[in-house]
Amino acid sequence: MAVDYKALKNGGFMRQVQKNNFSLRLKVVGGNITASQLLAIADISKKYGDGHVHLTSRQGVEIPFIKLADVEQVKAELEAGGVNTGVCGPRVRTVTACQGNAICPSGCIDTYPLSVEISERYFGKELPHKFKFGITGCANNCLKAEENDLGVKGGYTIELVKENCTLCSVCVKACREGAISKINDEIVLDKSKCNNCGRCVKSCPFDAWKGEPGYILSFGGLFGNQIAKGEQFLPIIRDKETLFRVADAALAFFDKHAKPSERFRIAIDRTGWDAFKSEMEAAYHG
Amino acid sequence: MDEFAIDESIDITDVVCPVTFVKAKVALEELDNGQVLSIRLSDGEPVQNVPRSIKEEGHRILKLADNEDGTYNLIVQKIGE
Repeated sequence: MAVDYKALKNGGFMRQVQKNNFSLRLKVVGGNITASQLLAIADISKKYGDGHVHLTSRQGVEIPFIKLADVEQVKAELEAGGVNTGVCGPRVRTVTACQGNAICPSGCIDTYPLSVEISERYFGKELPHKFKFGITGCANNCLKAEENDLGVKGGYTIELVKENCTLCSVCVKACREGAISKINDEIVLDKSKCNNCGRCVKSCPFDAWKGEPGYILSFGGLFGNQIAKGEQFLPIIRDKETLFRVADAALAFFDKHAKPSERFRIAIDRTGWDAFKSEMEAAYHG
Repeated sequence: MDEFAIDESIDITDVVCPVTFVKAKVALEELDNGQVLSIRLSDGEPVQNVPRSIKEEGHRILKLADNEDGTYNLIVQKIGE
């Protein structure tokens, strides 16, 4: 029987240099796996692989040296251990995330639950080419949002509560964008310079800066054979409903306009950014 | 500085992150609840980050005074034992 390499690849089995050996890609969402899953992965690596695993560049785990004859057995044992296989090929890939505000003091949004929601909605969805989502909690951008086809970056929309302000000017120093100044015994914000990083909110000793969390989206990032930074053009999004409306529209645009095996960025470049932006703006406004 | 009674003063202008915060934290640990520490720190990274770290530890920042020589005095009241 001929080996259906395409089906194996769709199921996360990556053909190796070594004949009849596959590197098995596992499903990881938001960069988190449990200790029990790790133990199951370790068992399978020892039993069916060569005792090592590979951590991929996008928070994935692969178990190399799985033999073709063991594929079904390995899948069954993984499933029993609470581990699913990942995907390759022209579809929505692993949704990556930093730890976000549940763990990291710099975080502006809770990234993990969002990565789970995005993954549940889109993971594995067939498209003209691969499509990557990445979620980063704040402007520090540890997760490199703009490398992804659709990047999500957490940020704060800020507002000064004057009655709490003591003019201590910690925020003037904490702001790295030069958006906050003290002029004539008054704290003044230049909104055009604010990058929603939230450092003023987090550093203010008197809670005089209020921050409302939101999502800053970037579209069309590439970091492979071609390199391009994802573009930001929408205002910060304040609710998940709008976020998903825009993400749905972005995937629909990709599906409709891209040629087979054409990345999202290339499809937007060819179709025209004006048309793409107007579709995303329409989705943003509902 | 006159409006606050300073109990202790330290100068952290001769160290860099993360020792800046460590020195400030150690100095605060030696104070009693409610006592006031004056910390002299440099412009740049120290003044961007030390006040925030002290806030996150739960202490109360009273004032940040610009000494106009590339340093600041951060006045902190210790909260907790």
